[in-house]
Formats: sequence, C-alpha cells, structure tokens
Amino acid sequence: MGVVEGKFNDNFITSKVDSLVAWARKSALWPMTFGLACCAIEMMASGAARYDFDRFGVIFRATPRQSDVIIVAGTVTHKMGSAIRKVYDQMPEPRWVIAMGNCATCGGPYPNYAVMQGVDEIIPVDVYIPGCPPRPESLMWGVMQLQKKIEQEKFIRK
Amino acid sequence: MADESVQGENSEVDEETSDLNPEEDSKKDVGRDILDVLEAKFPGSTFDAEAFSNFEDELSITLKPDSLEEVALFLKDHEIFQFTMLVDLTAVHFPNDDLPLHVLYQLFSIEKNRRVRLKVRLQEEQSIPTVSNLWSSANWMEREVFDLFGIDFSGHPDLRRILMPDDWGSHPMLKSYPLEGKGERVYDKPQRKEIGE
Amino acid sequence: MYEIEETKSEIQTKTVTGADELVVNMGPQHPSTHGVLRVILHLDGETVTDLDCDIGYLHRGTEKIGENITYSMFIPYTDRLDYIAAPSNNLAWVTAVEKFFDWEIPIRANYIRSMVGEFSRIASHLLWLATHALDIGAMTVFLWCFREREMVLDLFETAFGGRLTVNAFRLGGLEQDVPAKFLTLAQEFIDIFPSRIQDYETLLTNNRIWLQRTRGVGVISGEDAVDFGLSGPLLRASGVNYDLRRAKPYAAYPYLDFVVPTGENGDIYDRYIVRIEELRQSVKIIQQCLEQLPDGPVSCKTPRTIKPPVGEIYHSIENPKGEFGFYIVSDGSETPYRVRIRPPSFVNLAALKKLCVGGLLADVVAVIGSIDIVLGECDR
Repeated sequence: MGVVEGKFNDNFITSKVDSLVAWARKSALWPMTFGLACCAIEMMASGAARYDFDRFGVIFRATPRQSDVIIVAGTVTHKMGSAIRKVYDQMPEPRWVIAMGNCATCGGPYPNYAVMQGVDEIIPVDVYIPGCPPRPESLMWGVMQLQKKIEQEKFIRK
Repeated sequence: MADESVQGENSEVDEETSDLNPEEDSKKDVGRDILDVLEAKFPGSTFDAEAFSNFEDELSITLKPDSLEEVALFLKDHEIFQFTMLVDLTAVHFPNDDLPLHVLYQLFSIEKNRRVRLKVRLQEEQSIPTVSNLWSSANWMEREVFDLFGIDFSGHPDLRRILMPDDWGSHPMLKSYPLEGKGERVYDKPQRKEIGE
Repeated sequence: MYEIEETKSEIQTKTVTGADELVVNMGPQHPSTHGVLRVILHLDGETVTDLDCDIGYLHRGTEKIGENITYSMFIPYTDRLDYIAAPSNNLAWVTAVEKFFDWEIPIRANYIRSMVGEFSRIASHLLWLATHALDIGAMTVFLWCFREREMVLDLFETAFGGRLTVNAFRLGGLEQDVPAKFLTLAQEFIDIFPSRIQDYETLLTNNRIWLQRTRGVGVISGEDAVDFGLSGPLLRASGVNYDLRRAKPYAAYPYLDFVVPTGENGDIYDRYIVRIEELRQSVKIIQQCLEQLPDGPVSCKTPRTIKPPVGEIYHSIENPKGEFGFYIVSDGSETPYRVRIRPPSFVNLAALKKLCVGGLLADVVAVIGSIDIVLGECDR
C-alpha cells in the first residue's frame, strides 16, 4: 500500500478504489483492549451478548501489533502515560484512536496532580466519546463515527 | 497540646458520659479496660485517650513514638485482647500543630470482635519504627504512607514509592502540596490528523 | 517529546541449576490483570521464584479531592472506587458520615439499602466469575454471566438512572422512593437466578480441567490470612468465619437471616465455592427484603448543609471484595479534613507474593483472578 499511496489524481476510478479500501478498513476494525478503569466494564459489556460488537466486525485483540484502533477507556494517569505511548508506537499504520469517557477526553472529574487531563496530550485522538461511563450504545455510536471518518480518507488519491 | 496527667483526662471524659443513659455508659466503661491495662503495664506512655462517640470501637489511644513497638507487641500477644489484625495504617497532616504528622494504626481482634485505634504524633523528618515484623499487612501500607506523606519507617524491609512514579519528588498528600500539582509532567501536544489527509 | 521512564526491580539471584533467572514483565496492559496492574516475575523455567507488584497506574488522588468538596459531593467519587459494585461504596460512605450524627434512618430506606447492596454483590460476583473463568479458559461462562449482569444493571437503571456509576444513596436515606417496576423486576430476577447459578456450577464445579487448575493452588492458611489483614471471601475461604454483616450489622441486616459460607483449604477452588454460595445467600436476603419491605418515608430530615462535629470516626462495611472502610477526620466545616479509604483490594493484593511464589507461571493468572481485585479501589 505504501508504494501507491497518494500518487494518483482525483477521478472516478481512483475514488472508487479508495471507497473499496475504506470499506474494507472500516468493516473489520480490530481494537486493542486498553481498558483502564470504569469505562472498561462498559466496553466489556458492549462486547458481550446484549450489545454485540462482533456484528460490526470488531474483534478485541490483546496485542498492539495486530490491532487497528486503540480504545482508551478510563482515566490516564501520568504514571501510565509512558505505557500508552509505548503501546501506541507499536501499532502498525493505519491506526486510529478513540478516547472513551470523560477521563480520557479531558481528565474527567479529576483535575489533580496525578491525572493527565485527556489522553490527547500524548497521542493524537480521532473520536471522543463523552459520558461517565458512556453507555454501550454510545461506544457503538463512537465506532460508527470513526467508520464515517475512515470513509472520507484518501489512500491512493493525492 | 501539652502532656497532662492521665487522671485529669479520665475525669474529663467521665463528665461527658454522665449525660448518657446507664446502658451506653457501661459500653464506654467496657472500652476502658484496654486503657486501664495499658496504664498499669506502661506508666507514662499514653498522652490521653479520646473516645469520640458511644461506640466502643472508637477508642483512640495516643502514644509516644518510643513506646509504640512495645505497646503494639503487648496488644497483639495479650491473651485476652488478641489484636491479631492490623486493619489500617494511615497518616493525617496538621500543619499548624507543633507535632504535625499523626500516624494512625487501626487494630482489630477477630476472636473478640473489638477494634482500637493507636495514634502517634511526629514532627517533620522524624522517623518511627516499623510494625511490619508484627503484622505483615503493614508492609504495603507503610510504603503508601511514605509515598504520600514522606514519613520514614526505620527497619522497613523495602521502603520505596508505591503509588506515585519513582521520580515524583514531592509527597502529594501533605497540605502544602496543591491539588493541581506543581507541573511535574509537561508534554508536547501531538498534531492531529485532519479529515481527508 | 516525552521521556519513557524505566522502573527496575533490584532483586537478582542465580537459580539452583546455575542458569540465570528470567525476569518477565506482566505489564500494565495485559488482558488478564484485571486493570492496570504490573507484576514483575522472576522465573526459573516455569516456576516463580520471586514476584514484585507495581501498582499506582490508576492513582487518581481521590483522597485529596475529598478534602476540597463537601460530604454530599463526594458520593459520586465513591462510585468510581470499586466500579463494579458501585452502590456498596455509596453505602459505606453514607453510613460512615451518618455515624457522626444520630439521625433516625427510616426502616424502608434501610431495607432498600440492604437490597441494593446485595444486588451489587451479585453484580460484582458475576463479573468476577466471568473474568476469572475467561482467564482460565472458559469462554462460555463469560457470556452467560454478562447476560445476568445486564438484568441487574437494568434494575439499577430503573431505580437510579445509571447503569454502572449509580450515585445511589444520600445522607439520611434515599433521594426518592424506588418505582414499583423495580420491585417487580427484582422479583422476576430472583425467580430465575437460582437456576442460572446451577448452570454455572454444572459447567465448572466438577469439571476436571477446572479442578486441576484450581485445587491446591494459591493456598493461604487462616493465621497467615489474619496476619496479612485479608478480608472478605479470601479470609472466609481459609476457614475464618468473619463477616461484617454479622459482626457489626448495618442497614437492615439485624432483621435478615442468612448463612455465611466458609471454606477449608484456602485455595482457589474454595474461594470459588464461597463466592457461588454467597450468590445463593444474596438471593435469599433479597427475597426476605422483598417480603418484609415496610411502607413509609425513605429519608429523614437532614440539615441543609452537613457539618459534622469535630472528631474522627472509622466505619467499614462488607463490600463484595472485603472490608471497605472510611476513616474521616472532621474539623467542623462542611468539607472533610481528611478522608481515608481503607481498600480491601490493596490489602488483599499484598498477599500475592505469598500466594504465587513456588508455583507455576500459569497459576499467577489464576491467583490474581481469585483474589478479585479492582484497581480503582486499590490505587484510589
């Protein structure tokens, strides 16, 4: 993919190829389990039987090497920051980040010495999901928003 | 707070209890037996004893730092009291006191279902002997008190930080440390990708 | 950009065979550590020779926040401590602050508090069973337990508006009475739940693989358990019969009849049996609460600003994880002077070294699961 990336002009054929690539990428998003705190429980609940995540093509992988998206679910402390950065650097491109919950978005209810005020201080975030904790439906909405964002990305077009 | 005679303190508490009905009065007296035994065995070690409420497990005994080890061992091995479990070990910071750091030990006896609280008052930079050789649960709790308050426990097998990162520098739970922190961690914010890139 | 810090463990020894020890990091991001726990293992082949726990990755400074806000404003923060059984933590805080005063809590409020506390115990044990069995390898149990847990979360949502972090109780009782739908849903739940517990037991209790992985693993004796300050099902599985609902009854427990299960050997299998039996006892307690629930108000008259008298108290309740207590120092104002949270997970986790050293690497995962830790409460 790297050889043909960004090389072609914008026309009917290249945009169709791009939409094919986007469809493939968004339909099989494999997130890495990065459950830190309470939001992790809602993430597990959304993967369980009632709010099934598997029908979106989402399979939770435990290793960063095989995952597309990292869902940061929970409070990020300063001590955890180096671990998040290491894990994010190990993910191969293309990769996306979803910040789930108030703590990962902006520090949540903890404006104090130990908590990083939002995970976007250390890794770039694509989708923010508010809530404390957000319901499983909200997490699914967030994943669908990420899918819409992926649809608009350009791969082989300049 | 100066060192007053234990007799005077007891009579002050007796005045408070005279308003209560006799049943609760006897509950308070039942909590006194620990104090009487301690006074008999270690004269001069207790500053004062405050029982805040009518619950007998709210008995709180303040000790001198030197007598902590022997009183703790005595209470643990006593045939009648048997305080074999250390439930909690924590500290409170009163910056305006002349003895600002108070270390608290919450003891519990499973066989007798009784609780008692021991309190030791320290100055800054004063160290206190560890009780982790008596109760193994004190190991991590003393590490946490060292981490958050800076109190040194002499004789502890492994005294290092447990909750904060190792190079944090300050002790967060002291009243002089602000809630937002002192800016120990600063990051460069990463650039976000725009839609279409 | 940002310096990655390394924390090293200073223990270095050579093994009996003369080969070097292998130091393996079971890092903060791991599917089986139930949160952000880091364990540094020293291995001789597959045998664990030494173990060091590194916690603090979820230290959020809750105790320091408690010194700056009022007593009522702190109730949502207690939700986030043991986020699996949130109403239990609310109950602990609310009963602790009420100990400063001598309010008469209405009997209906006490019954509802006990009932919701037992539902949160069921929710916590279901999630414990789901993740513990998933770690050991049984995936079906995960999906079945979450199916029942969703029903309990529906109950919480009917009564309090939130699924996970409920902010259930207030100082002086409840905020408002529970709707009638809550009571019908509760009755339906406890009608079908015993057969579901039987389903889990059919899968696991006499399963050869389960027995091989849990019998005789992670053993701790009764005296050692008391020495380490353990509490909850961990202590009861080692033979010590101690339950705060019996020893120091709170809420409506003086009027309720239930059995406290204990184990004998103190291994992982006994802890599993104790918790399954606690599920059944919780059903029994809830049935009694529904039958005996009286009418009446749900809150007593409390002052507009809560200002306790000067002093200090310690109060603890029986959380699903163990003894969960609050030590509060009050200076007479509307914010506490010091809030100390006595976390059962922190104290229980300190015994991990004793439970794992000498065993195999695969047993470490099983032991961490059986201790039932929640890092939110351990690190606060």
